[in-house]
Amino acid sequence: MAYGEKVLDHYENPRNVGSFDNAENIGTGMVGAPACGDVMKLQIKVGDDGVIEDAVFKTYGCGSAIASSSLLTEWVKGKTLEEAQAIKNTEIAEELALPPVKIHCSVLAEDAINAAVTDYRNKNN
Amino acid sequence: MTEQTIKPIYLDYSSTNPIDERVVSEMLKYMGPDSSFGNPASRSHSYGWTAEAAVETARKHVADLVGANPKEIIFTSGATESDNLAIKGVAHFNKKRGKHIVTCKTEHKAVLDSCRQLEREGYEVTYLDPMENGLLDLKVFEDALRDDTILASIMHVNNEIGVIQDIEAIGKICRERKIIFHVDAAQSPGKVEINLEELPVDLMSFSAHKIYGPKGIGALYVQRKPRVRLEAQMHGGGHERGMRSGTLATHQIVGMGEAFRIAKQEMASENERLLKLRNKLYDGVKDMEEVYINGDIDQRIAGNINISFNYVEGESLLMALNDLAISSGSACTSASLEPSYVLRALGRNDELAHSSIRFTMGRYTTEEEIDRTIEHVRKAVEKLRELSPLWDMYKDGIDLDSIEWAAH
Repeated sequence: MAYGEKVLDHYENPRNVGSFDNAENIGTGMVGAPACGDVMKLQIKVGDDGVIEDAVFKTYGCGSAIASSSLLTEWVKGKTLEEAQAIKNTEIAEELALPPVKIHCSVLAEDAINAAVTDYRNKNN
Repeated sequence: MTEQTIKPIYLDYSSTNPIDERVVSEMLKYMGPDSSFGNPASRSHSYGWTAEAAVETARKHVADLVGANPKEIIFTSGATESDNLAIKGVAHFNKKRGKHIVTCKTEHKAVLDSCRQLEREGYEVTYLDPMENGLLDLKVFEDALRDDTILASIMHVNNEIGVIQDIEAIGKICRERKIIFHVDAAQSPGKVEINLEELPVDLMSFSAHKIYGPKGIGALYVQRKPRVRLEAQMHGGGHERGMRSGTLATHQIVGMGEAFRIAKQEMASENERLLKLRNKLYDGVKDMEEVYINGDIDQRIAGNINISFNYVEGESLLMALNDLAISSGSACTSASLEPSYVLRALGRNDELAHSSIRFTMGRYTTEEEIDRTIEHVRKAVEKLRELSPLWDMYKDGIDLDSIEWAAH
């Protein structure tokens, strides 16, 4: 399968790979399933002002899934939780020029940020 | 083109082979305007006679490699057509005797889909599970046979995992029960000794392009004593003893014949060399953690190794290994997002089925290429495991099966 330039760039130089230790100000979202061939783990570090200071990811999946999560970590940094949740999978798919069979990777990324925000909110309510 | 293109290392010989140069030069003798380009069926001039002689020589070469009589070789467009002709042809001819067929879940799609078609026509098919090592349990096979079973179709060498089925034992069981036995041997000539004079096999499918011949040509062995009868699937001029009409593709057939002739001469030394290369490749990666071989390691052709690198997803691994021409599963399934159905049939879990890579070596594979392959693979697997949340969980001692995943 031929990949787009941006997918290749994120795949070869993934941004913000890593993990945060579990803490109050960390929200973790893990979505997907090994059975389907992709699992995405996204973590956000949220400041007192409710702005995402930092984000990291780890992804088991195809190049498009890795690229979608890598791009997402770049996008959510500096955003409020609401702004981060407003990111749509179609924006990710468009930015990376994902082919139709890979749209589910961007959907997974959208799920991941929502799960991370929900986790953070559950911890801090 | 200004950009320098380096050809990837070709390790996908089970998918297809280049045509051996010696084969190409034989084929050229039957193509151009100054060649012996005639129709082998033309009886009225020398163009036809020469072409016919070439076809018969090729037929003999094919027969010689597999211990058959040349009269038992029917040329087709490839192993897929041979499988279709054998399975549907036998089923249609014998429909009054019974309508039950037995096959295995790890067969090639050409066999499985032919069986599916027969199911739509009212036949009943039993798809057997292989054992964990990819081989068929003879007891399970025997138990599946019924009084109305007319045909069993079991492949010789599996295209994904390279395991060799015991077709002699399976054939004996079929003979005792008077069940017609078809073997898809697309992957085995030149790799495994075949002697049809002694093997209890009624029908066997062959391909040319898996053995350094051209694509678009294959053959079906149809036993003469006792005679196996089947209904033609392609109707027309009555070529190939009425079993497969269509003008014989002289140059293709000559190519197949030459490829089989060369294989007979060279298979012993070639297999010895390939076994060394395969062992070298496996030795180069087996000390890594969570590396699994798919399929039996001993009952296997020399040039195949299928490995799962656990916690690394196959497609991303292929992407990281873009210097290698390899496949995840078989070429026929790599366009889809499904994990290999062959590995699933072996009972491999989802992670392992998703993380498999098939390396198949052949005539032009060099030791230096294997060295580079080992280096590439180790680097790619390490990189992707760094990225893998599943690898972290494994390292933390978390059982992945204990987690409730949200399937999507």
